[in-house]
Amino acid sequence: MDFELMINSFPKLLNAAVVTLKLLSVSLIVGLFIGLLFAILRLNKNIFINKFAYGYSYIFRGTPLLVQIFIIYFGLGQIESLRSSFLWVILKEPYWCAIIAFALNTGAYTSEILRSAFQTIKPGIIEAGKSLGISNKIIFYKVQIPIAIRQSLPAYGNEIILMLKGTSLASTVTLMDLTGVAKYIISTTFKPIEVFIVAGGIYLFMTFIIHNVIKFLEKKYSY
Amino acid sequence: MELLAFGDTGWGDELFRATLMTIAVSITAMLIGFSFAAVFTPLKLSKFKFLNLIANIYTTIIRGVPELLVIYLFFFGGSGAIMFVASMFGYNEYIEINAFLTGSFAIGIISGAYSTEVFRGAIQSIDKGQFEAAKVLGFSKFKQFYKIVLPQMLRLAIPNLSNVWQITLKDTSLISVTGLVEIMRQSYIAAGSTRDPLFFYSFAAVLYLLLTFVSMKLINRLEVKYSRGY
Repeated sequence: MDFELMINSFPKLLNAAVVTLKLLSVSLIVGLFIGLLFAILRLNKNIFINKFAYGYSYIFRGTPLLVQIFIIYFGLGQIESLRSSFLWVILKEPYWCAIIAFALNTGAYTSEILRSAFQTIKPGIIEAGKSLGISNKIIFYKVQIPIAIRQSLPAYGNEIILMLKGTSLASTVTLMDLTGVAKYIISTTFKPIEVFIVAGGIYLFMTFIIHNVIKFLEKKYSY
Repeated sequence: MELLAFGDTGWGDELFRATLMTIAVSITAMLIGFSFAAVFTPLKLSKFKFLNLIANIYTTIIRGVPELLVIYLFFFGGSGAIMFVASMFGYNEYIEINAFLTGSFAIGIISGAYSTEVFRGAIQSIDKGQFEAAKVLGFSKFKQFYKIVLPQMLRLAIPNLSNVWQITLKDTSLISVTGLVEIMRQSYIAAGSTRDPLFFYSFAAVLYLLLTFVSMKLINRLEVKYSRGY
């Protein structure tokens, strides 16, 4: 055991963990909106809209995240019209490509979680709102969404942890996140076990925090 | 379409072989995972706190640390660890281990942690009276497991195991970083030499979708088979 290396690499890995957290939080926020949108589309009665939303979640859940990142980072640059458009400012940056891939991926999983949460809401609750003369829009925002959020908290907590692990793939498109820096240190020092313990420890610490925050929220919003 | 031709002109046969490789790695990893689960599930269900702790450490670490980091650990650390063991037996030459084995082992350990949780849940949801009934009827421990626990456990575990299979299948794409030529690596090579990444990565996505689709169909059949009588 090379304890000196472990101590020396700790600040570097901690700095890299900030990149990981940034990637995670931005993609989760964007992904939540995508997920909510597609969950609503899934509940739509129009069969085309319904199938479209299903196809989206099927494709993103059925293929590895690595393929998705590579298609966006390496693949999209090939399209000439895209390269000359304003979107290229975003798509040439590995950081934004990674975030787009993560957000689309977590959006697909989130839409499934939210859809099943919406479906478990008892129709009686909505009918009660209707008979009280509350408009559909307000029922949706004030009744359905809060209940769905509470219902989906445990599953969404798992999704956050899966996404935290997913951000490690950003290192494959040259980003120096926690895994990227860990790999760099391993390949320059050839001390994989020491670096794994430190980097893995940081990941576990983050998982631990996320797990407990979700648990706290679950308690707070339980009824 | 010429890009996908078989033979020297296209990448069809290479990608076909790569797909077989992905399937082979996934199955090997899944089986390695099962053997890990066979060890750790009894530990999880044991009465002894210490054994529980060991099993919990295993599943917590694996489920909390990114797969890629585990793969790097095995990729860079694997041959070192084997050389260390070999040096204790007096063998000091350089040993290079096979990318297939390292990859399957790394993914296998990950899938083993998920399988452990699935088996634990399945065994725990078997009615307690059944164990007592078996005891009363004088079943031996082995017979009790083989004839009573296992058939019910399989029925309860198959839907969740199909999830584990999907995760394992998708995780094998990460082994491409170690240079093992599976779907992802082959697409990377093809994309590099034809300068058509969009096509090859999209094709890789289609291959993965096909694999998940077909395997779901097969697993559904298994599910029906093991739910007979319910």
